[in-house]
Order: sequence, then C-alpha cells, then structure tokens
Amino acid sequence: MKDINEDIKWAQINKDVLRSMENPRMGYWVAVATCIAMVGCAVLAEIWQYRYGMGYANLNWPHMWDLYIATFIFWIGMSHSGTLLSAILHIIHADWRKPIYRFAEAMTTFSLMTAGLFPLIHLGRLWNMYWVLPYVSDRGIWPNFRSPLVWDAFAIGTYLTSSALFLFIGMIPDLAICRDNARGWRKKLYIALSLGWRGDDRQWRNFRRTYLLMACFLIPLAVSVHSIVSSDFAMSIMPGWHITTFPPYFVAGALYSGCAAIITLFVLLRYFFRFEEYMTLSILEKTCKLTFAIAMVWTYLNLIEFASTWYGHDVAAKEVLLEKFYGPYAPYFWMMMFCGSVMPFALAFRKLRRHIPTMFVVSLFLNLGMWLERWMIVTPTLANAYHPIAFDTMWPSMIQWAIVFGSFGWFGLLFLVFVKVFPSVSMYEVKEMVYHRRTAAGKDPEVVLHHPHRRSDDEPEPSGGTPPPSGTPGLEGA
Amino acid sequence: MSLQNILTNWSQYRKGHEQGGFHDYEHMWGMAVDLNKCIGCNACSVACYAENNLGIVGKDRFEKGQGMHWMRIERYWDEPNLAPGVSEEFPSRGASFLPMMCQQCNAATCEPVCPVAATYHTPDGLNAQVYNRCIGSRYCSNNCPYRLRYFNFYSYYDWSWPEPLNMQLNPDLSVRDKGVMEKCTFCVQRIRVAKDTARREDRKVADGDVYPACVQTCPTDALVFGDMLDPESSVTKLWKAHQVELGKTKQHKDNEELRGYRIFEGLNTDPCVMYLERVREVEV
Repeated sequence: MKDINEDIKWAQINKDVLRSMENPRMGYWVAVATCIAMVGCAVLAEIWQYRYGMGYANLNWPHMWDLYIATFIFWIGMSHSGTLLSAILHIIHADWRKPIYRFAEAMTTFSLMTAGLFPLIHLGRLWNMYWVLPYVSDRGIWPNFRSPLVWDAFAIGTYLTSSALFLFIGMIPDLAICRDNARGWRKKLYIALSLGWRGDDRQWRNFRRTYLLMACFLIPLAVSVHSIVSSDFAMSIMPGWHITTFPPYFVAGALYSGCAAIITLFVLLRYFFRFEEYMTLSILEKTCKLTFAIAMVWTYLNLIEFASTWYGHDVAAKEVLLEKFYGPYAPYFWMMMFCGSVMPFALAFRKLRRHIPTMFVVSLFLNLGMWLERWMIVTPTLANAYHPIAFDTMWPSMIQWAIVFGSFGWFGLLFLVFVKVFPSVSMYEVKEMVYHRRTAAGKDPEVVLHHPHRRSDDEPEPSGGTPPPSGTPGLEGA
Repeated sequence: MSLQNILTNWSQYRKGHEQGGFHDYEHMWGMAVDLNKCIGCNACSVACYAENNLGIVGKDRFEKGQGMHWMRIERYWDEPNLAPGVSEEFPSRGASFLPMMCQQCNAATCEPVCPVAATYHTPDGLNAQVYNRCIGSRYCSNNCPYRLRYFNFYSYYDWSWPEPLNMQLNPDLSVRDKGVMEKCTFCVQRIRVAKDTARREDRKVADGDVYPACVQTCPTDALVFGDMLDPESSVTKLWKAHQVELGKTKQHKDNEELRGYRIFEGLNTDPCVMYLERVREVEV
C-alpha cells in the first residue's frame, strides 16, 4: 500500500488544493453558523459570570477550579499534535507527514488560541489579567515569578507565537501559489503574506534553514510547555496533584489527544474536500499506529502513577486515588480509563484501522477520554484534599458547560476560516514527496512536472510551488 | 521615570519579593487554642463576621459551599456507638469542636503560588492578603491544606447588608468586591492600631494590648493570642509549656501527656496556631 500515488501530476496537486479553498457549499455556511451560535452561548455565559460573579459557575469553597482549568489543559494538550507531526516527524524524515501536517499545525495554533482564553475566563477579576505580566511599573510591582501560573503565561505566549510563526513560515511557498491563482481581495492578501516569494534558489535555501531551525526550536518548547502546565499541579502540595511523573504524563496525554484530534480532522477533511488522493488510508494507518503507541505510553504512565501512590503510603494521596476508584466521580474516572486505555486497542487491528467511520468514532472517544482525564486530574483532588471538613462534590453549572461547549465552537470557527483562506494541504511538500517516491521507485521524475492542461491566459505560471528536485537545499527550483 | 527606578533599585527588583518570608520579624503573632475549653458556641465566628465585614451569603449559597466564615467551628463526632444498622447524621453526644482560622503559616503554601504576589509574609509574621492586588486565580485556596481561604463569588455588598444593616459595617477595613480572595488576618486592623498607639507612647506593644475579635469574644478563654517573640507573653508561655516550637515538622516532647500540636505539621507549613488536644473520658 502506497502512501501516495506517485503518478499524480504537480499541476493536479495545485488544482485539487486550490479547489478546496473555493466556493464554500451550503454545508460550510451551516457549520460556520453552528460554530458562531456555540461561541454565542459561551459569550453570554461569560458576560453573566463577569457581571454577577464566579458563584454562578457553581464553583464553591473547595472547588475553586473546575472545568475551566480542565478544558484549558485539554486544549493545550491538543496543541501538541502539530508540533509532533511537523517538527518531530520532519526531523526524523518521516515523509508521510507531508500531506497532513498543515492542518495539524493550524490545529496547534488554534487550540492554543482556545486554551489561552480559559485561564482568563477563570479569573475572578478578569479586568486585571495583565497583572500577571512583568510590565514596568512605577510602583515596582512585579508578578510572582515563583508561581506556576506566571510560568504558564510565558509558556503559552511563547508557544503561541512560535507555533503561529512556524505555521506561517511553512506556508509561504504555498501562499505564493495561491497568489498566482487568486483574484480580488485574496490576491492582495496573498501578495502581502507570500513576502515576495519567487521560488528561486536563495529563497529555498533560506526557507529550508528557517523551517528546520523553527522545528528544532519547537520540539523542546512543546515539551516544556506541557511540563509547565503540569507544574500547576505538581508544584502544589495537594494529594493527587503533587506527583513527580506529572510532566511526562501530561506530555504523553497531550500528544495522545492531539493525535486523536488529527485522526478526527483527517477524516473530516478527506471526506469534505475529497482529499482521498493525498490523505490516503496508508497515512491514516500510520497516524493510527502512532496514536496507539502514545496511548500505551499514556496507559503505562497512568499505571505507574497509581502504583507509586499506592505503595508510597501517603494516606491523603491514597484516599484521593481510592475516591477516584469508588467515589462520586468514579463513573467519569472509569469512562476515562475505558476511553483512554481500552478504546485505543481498536487501533491495533488492521481491519479497523482501515475502516474510516470506525476510526472517526474511535478518535472522538479517545478525545472524550482525554478530556475526562483532565477533569479527573483537577476535580477529585479538590473534592478530597487534606481537610475533611472541606470534602465536597460539586456539579458544574450551565455557565461552565456553556463556556466549555463554546470553546469547541470557537476552535471550529477558526479552523473553518482557515481551510477556506489557507491551503490545508501543503502543496509544495506533497510535490516533494511525489518526486522522492518516483525517484525511489525508479520512475522518471520529470513526467509529473508537465502540466496536463493548456493553461488559460489569466492564470500565470505558478512560481511558488515547485521545490528543488532533491532534498538538498539550494538546488534550482523546477 | 520607570527605567531610572529600575536602575537605581536593581537589587530590590531582582529579589522580586522575599525568599521564604522575612527573617527579621518585628513580631510573630501566634495563637493557642485549648480544645478542652472550647464549647462550640460559635461566638468567635459571629464576632469575626461583625469585625471583618464578612459577606452574609444566605442559606442556599452557604449550602452550596460559598460561605465566607473566616473563623469556623468544625464539628466532628466520635464513632457513634449505636446498634448495628442504626446511624444518625448528628448524634446527640460525642461531638468535638475545632475552631479553625487562618493558621498564618510561616512556610505558607498559598504564598509562592499566587501569580501576582497578592499574598505575602509581613514583618509581623502574618500571612497577608492584598485585596487590591488579587486577580482571583484562586490558586492559593487550592494549595491551602486547611482550606481556610474564601473567595468572593458575588458582590456581597449588593444584597448582603440591606438597610440599615450597612450601618454596622466596620469602617476600619474595606468591604471586598467580587473576584477577590480573602481570609482571616488575625484582625490586622486591630494590630495596626495597637502598634500605632504603642509607637505614639514610645513603648513596645505589650501582651494584652491587642486581641482579634474571636479571642476577645471567646467566653471560655479557649483562644490565646499574642506575640511569640515576646518571651513573657501568655501565648509564648503556653507554647513552651506544651513543648511546641516553630520551624519543626515534628515535635519532640519529654512528656507524652502534653497536649500541644499543630495541624498538618508534617506538611511543613509551619503554622503559628497551636492546638491543645481535647482530653475526655469516652465512656460507653
């Protein structure tokens, strides 16, 4: 089974991808309207909470954090997939990532843009949020650099900036193709964004170097970002939070939910944009195998966390663990274990891996499991910490649910805008992949370069999308 | 000019705020609570509400866990010795009371986690909360093992003190708005007055110059308050008598009969409140 059809013409690739950006159908507008409605729910809930106080979120005295922080970790986690696919797989030369990394990177940026909202929404005094940043003040007031929440602000800010830059840089050659084929406002937009890309040797050389540099920078950054998020919990003294394995556990969980989300979006894009030629079953299978491996790492880290808590004989931590097993949150806990550790075994079977509807449903369940995981990290500890008088269970109010619900709408909205404004499959990298596969198969790579149709007059020579014929930087573009 | 300020006071900026609290304390306010004497009358709690303008949240919200009782009397029951299969939620005997106020930990877990340093250690050995600086991230409360921090979930001044109850609000301290964390301060406004008076009279604050509202109100003198840096103060003497010392995670006692202990001492929070264990005959 091939990852991609090697005989596909380069012009065909341009055509297919550019087609996906045109003429939104009715379904697209329905999806946009749904997302806006979801965001609207969240905005109304937030206005209410802002005006009348956090009490309406049903937060109470031991439960100072709840769904907001859980969903924050969920979205941060999801952002790790783009880095994994683009940066890590780029560095290890796994070229099957090429048709699918673009939307994964977009997912990274957008889920960070969603995640970043939650720490703000959960603040009691949202209007003073900038106090977390170290701006120069005459009164000499700084934030508390010992607080993991301040680290969070830096980590998310850095990660958002660099992942957005990474997404943009990787898109420049494709934006040039769009520029050459666009009219009207799109033309102006792509002219500005493609930064004068002509596809000459020097530009390719600089481009490759920058892209590699960004990839190398992003990998440790992504790992550190989720480690820092985990230190919100690991740095506290609360039982069930103060756990040494939290940083790797969070990073594994992040990659896991990110991969699951990639499968979901893969299926959706493949179906709606008819990207069957590019998002092939073989690539889906590879993604599924990767997800399975990460799921097993996650399961393992879960089990050693239980074991170390159990044998550690820290009474309070043990009780929190038992409360997770039997307590009021047990249904959610076991659902998380089922979705996170049992469902991924569906990915272990070749037959199921190749069945797209199954994979779609499984990936949704995996992400449900990962969302529940974050909730089960935050809430049971608050419900059963040290002081018995404060043992309490709490059910989040509609305000919290509406904001969590709306965050999915916000993410969806950003993504929907993205797929119609930017190419969601990397054209130049797919061409590169086709080229390499042809060379490897011993076929003449020149054949695919020729344009199958006569070019119309108003469609100028595409200048952007042709990478150098080999992986070595600096060779003349075709 | 800000930049000038940074350059001239660089060492101060670099330090951020104090590492692990102050080391040259002016005072070290502490407390001792004799559980033998506590009768669970809740007068301390009422006094605290009156003194500190605590929001009265109403029954529904209190049941939801949104109460603001800085000083709370916790009730615990002995294992009810009833017939098998019979249980009472509130048995008629075997109750114990535990008055809990902010323990003013010297290694407070709430302090390092606040993103804006709204809670910090004062030279008085108090764990202070700066309402104006608080942005309501609520991390401090999550990291307090005693769960002694209370959050303003609503703007209580809208409805908490209807006319003419607003006239009884204490003018010595502010009414907090929604979105701000608050907690027991050992009645810092009273400590402030006592220190100012003592300075005007050119003397040191003497033992008995200042009491928090709860201590003043306690009908059985179960609560003892004072400066633990003053060797003559009654609180210091009590701590000494029960061989409880600050800065330890475990107390070594010559006499097993001594009743003093600090809550969650093993977590190394180093609280400034000592409890004297309740001793009684448990007859069946």
